[in-house]
Amino acid sequence: MKSVVEASEAVALAVKLARVKVCPMYPITPSTHIPERIADYIFDGEMDAEMIHVESEHSAASALIGSILSGARSFTATSSNGFALMYEILPILSGMRLPAVMAVANRTLAAPINIWNDHSDAVSARDQGWIQLYAESSQECVDTMIQCYKIAEDKKVSLPAMMCLDGFTLTHVFENVDVPEQAQVDKFLPAFTREDTLDVNNPKTFGPIGFPDSFMGFKKQQQDAMTAALDVIKKANSYYKKQIGRGYGDGLVELTDMGDAEYAILGMGTLCGTAKAKAEELRAKGKKVGVIRLRSFRPFPVKELQAAVKNLKGLAVLDRHISLGSNGPLFTEISAITPELKLFGYIAGLGGKDITLKHIESVFTDLEKGKQSREWLM
Amino acid sequence: MTKVQRKETVGDIKAQQIELNLGAVIKKPGSSMDYHTGSWRTFRPVIIQEKCIKCSTCWRVCPDAAIFVDKKGRYNVNYDYCKGCLTCVKECPVDAINKELEEK
Repeated sequence: MKSVVEASEAVALAVKLARVKVCPMYPITPSTHIPERIADYIFDGEMDAEMIHVESEHSAASALIGSILSGARSFTATSSNGFALMYEILPILSGMRLPAVMAVANRTLAAPINIWNDHSDAVSARDQGWIQLYAESSQECVDTMIQCYKIAEDKKVSLPAMMCLDGFTLTHVFENVDVPEQAQVDKFLPAFTREDTLDVNNPKTFGPIGFPDSFMGFKKQQQDAMTAALDVIKKANSYYKKQIGRGYGDGLVELTDMGDAEYAILGMGTLCGTAKAKAEELRAKGKKVGVIRLRSFRPFPVKELQAAVKNLKGLAVLDRHISLGSNGPLFTEISAITPELKLFGYIAGLGGKDITLKHIESVFTDLEKGKQSREWLM
Repeated sequence: MTKVQRKETVGDIKAQQIELNLGAVIKKPGSSMDYHTGSWRTFRPVIIQEKCIKCSTCWRVCPDAAIFVDKKGRYNVNYDYCKGCLTCVKECPVDAINKELEEK
């Protein structure tokens, strides 16, 4: 069914379709419309779920632990400093191997206080054992949210997943979205089951101490699960495409005009839409340019990215975040896996700064000239 | 499931296998009884039965419930769980508990 909705509502619709049972929520701009819509669905009787009005994001993440341990598919959403307040619980959810799913409406971190978009919040938690998928459109938000549960709950993975959507650029923008039918989603996503649950008749210990002789073993298991997730994300994408009719690249990386491309831009999220528009324009003028959109930041698809850049003469990486004192994190990681490639890194779109067609054009010009004119697209 | 063989054995603790359950879930209740925390003790409290007046102070102050009364009514230390904090030594009103250095 086609509806004109903002991505926040698209996320909420996906949560409803996934038959989520528990939503501990604490609102923060720009993610607030997501709990608002979910509250509407519950109040109107369209969704059979419990919304917990927690007192902070730290509590929201903590409540996810209990709800998933009780066997309930669970969801929360946050942004920015709220996300930062959750930080302590993020590695606990992943270490306990709990398949929580969270929508992160990406917003920068204060100070200066700023409610607008960049990827500082989620990217800064890249090491905390969560799968991170970045969406480009409202349509992709619906589809990716549903896939997130499929991926996170896969027995080979059993890790939490966050779907990142650009604050305002997606959360508050109305687009035409094709919402899948409940029967289609039910077929794609079976009911959530767990072997280990909180059960008074069968008591177990959850979250015990891990002594030095076992701790590294558990971390290795998490890393193996992340590696396994690469394949699971691909399969979720192709299975979704088969069942519901839409897919995004191979699930990990989405390539546009990359067949014979000599120069390309690589990024995550909505900035890729702008890059694709400019690439299309330049293609019409005979320039061999393309766009690589990284959909899965964690796990990081090394092989797929290396294959994508194999025939390029130059690649520009646009980071919507800076690791202060170092570089854009995406640039750093791409550098590590493409030692032969001519690589330019740009810091762009921090704190809601628009990334315009002119910016993209200047990046392609830099690539063609083989000389980077600037590092900050301001 | 990955299994790690614990190589070191301390005192009378048998070599045990640690099973790395997903998410570190412990499926057997009360398994902490199997973990003998007394292995990291530096000093061991030794009750001198001749001096003991059976006032139960040591039994009450022990933070680990490692003092027990045997069938004959004598106060004893369970060295499997006593961590050697020596609170009992300090609190004993008649100095009936000695501290002795653990030698391994």
